[in-house]
Amino acid sequence: MVDFTLWDIVRNLLLAARWTVVLSLIAFVGGGLVGLALLVLRSLDKPWLQRLVAGYVQLFQGTPLLMQLFLAYFGLALLGVETSAWFAASLALTLYTSAFLTEIWHGCVRAVPRGQWEAAQSLALSFMEQMRHVVLPQAGRLAVAPTVGFLVQVIKGTALASVIGFVELTKAGTMITNATFEPFLVYSCVALMYFALCYPISHYSRVLEGRLHVRH
Amino acid sequence: MSDTDQNNNGAAVSIKGLRKSYGSNEVLKGIDLEVRPGEVIAIIGKSGSGKSTLLRCVNGLEVFQHGELQVQGQPLVYQDAAAMRSLRQRVGMIFQQFNLFPHLSVGRNVMLAPGLVKKEGGAALEERAKQLLARVGLADKFSAYPDQLSGGQQQRVAIARALAMNPGILLCDEITSALDPELVGEVLGVVESLAAEGMTLLMVTHEMGFARKVSDRVIFMHQGRVHEVGPPAELFAAPRTPELQQFLASIH
Repeated sequence: MVDFTLWDIVRNLLLAARWTVVLSLIAFVGGGLVGLALLVLRSLDKPWLQRLVAGYVQLFQGTPLLMQLFLAYFGLALLGVETSAWFAASLALTLYTSAFLTEIWHGCVRAVPRGQWEAAQSLALSFMEQMRHVVLPQAGRLAVAPTVGFLVQVIKGTALASVIGFVELTKAGTMITNATFEPFLVYSCVALMYFALCYPISHYSRVLEGRLHVRH
Repeated sequence: MSDTDQNNNGAAVSIKGLRKSYGSNEVLKGIDLEVRPGEVIAIIGKSGSGKSTLLRCVNGLEVFQHGELQVQGQPLVYQDAAAMRSLRQRVGMIFQQFNLFPHLSVGRNVMLAPGLVKKEGGAALEERAKQLLARVGLADKFSAYPDQLSGGQQQRVAIARALAMNPGILLCDEITSALDPELVGEVLGVVESLAAEGMTLLMVTHEMGFARKVSDRVIFMHQGRVHEVGPPAELFAAPRTPELQQFLASIH
């Protein structure tokens, strides 16, 4: 039987943690772009589009992320699309993130006073100009803290990608446990690494929230 | 644009049979109004009489269901984004709550729309913005932010911002109602100078003294209709309808 030192465990977990970070970034950047597009669609004066986006948000907020991952992984295969754990996890997490981000941002857009839209309209700005130059800069200021806070949820959410065979921090922890038979030690290390990733972010989110009270 | 100016007897704004309702509640019940270029019109009436709604119909902030509205001979069509954009370039609006963009400096508030809509830019636009701010007495506030200004100063910036688009018509929606009494004068002074320079003005106002002094015609609205129209001297001195008599009595 091979002996594992603590360093062996930590080193392998750190290597796997890279993929947690990469998957989080993919989910966040992809989800941010899709979420922004959905936000624009939802802000247009088209009731059917608003209902469609609201339905999309409800669908992803109302089902467990675990099911979304299963459906992306097995569903795509069922449709004949050759898929990998990488692709399925990226897809599911991107869609999941986009639904939450578009909802957060929609609330921020609605918090911008009606008079700001009206002033921009009266100055003959087009819808996209109103969004880009008047509404989004103000909504963005409100959105920074909750958006950064949600990033923490995404990082923890990537742990679920382990169930479809994606080797990130959690999956690596399971594999190392199977070899070392030291579940408490290994999972403690795993939890500490998630904490090390998430704590600075949620702390930063609180700092940003405090800074919001100061204008420009 | 000069050929369209000749249409429609050259009216700045022409409104025919305009009706607007919110659900089953009809707030404008058939408005007819012709505004000549350079005319100054004060719209008075109780709250809920539809006067602000009428004003907001002129630049398409409110959608009306029946009737016709033309600005300088061009009909207002909501579905036509390009037509709305061209109409709104000719109609400026000033709001009760100023609605300055809080994330932009005073100078950038003034320059935003000409830069985006008319593709103006560079030193020429900045020079013009400074002139407009000088005109409303705020030459030194170019780099300030709206929340550093008093209400009266913010409203004067809003006027400069509207003027930056060179509108032919200016809509003023109770522009002094949110101001402390001592700040009302500085804003009305700017509006008065605009009137003297021949700007077409439609203003909803509670400042009866100002309406009497500056306007060419006063419109009294009551329950969604134009109830009484006339030159201010006549209308204030000898109101013909009991509703106007009552209204004038209630505000003194």
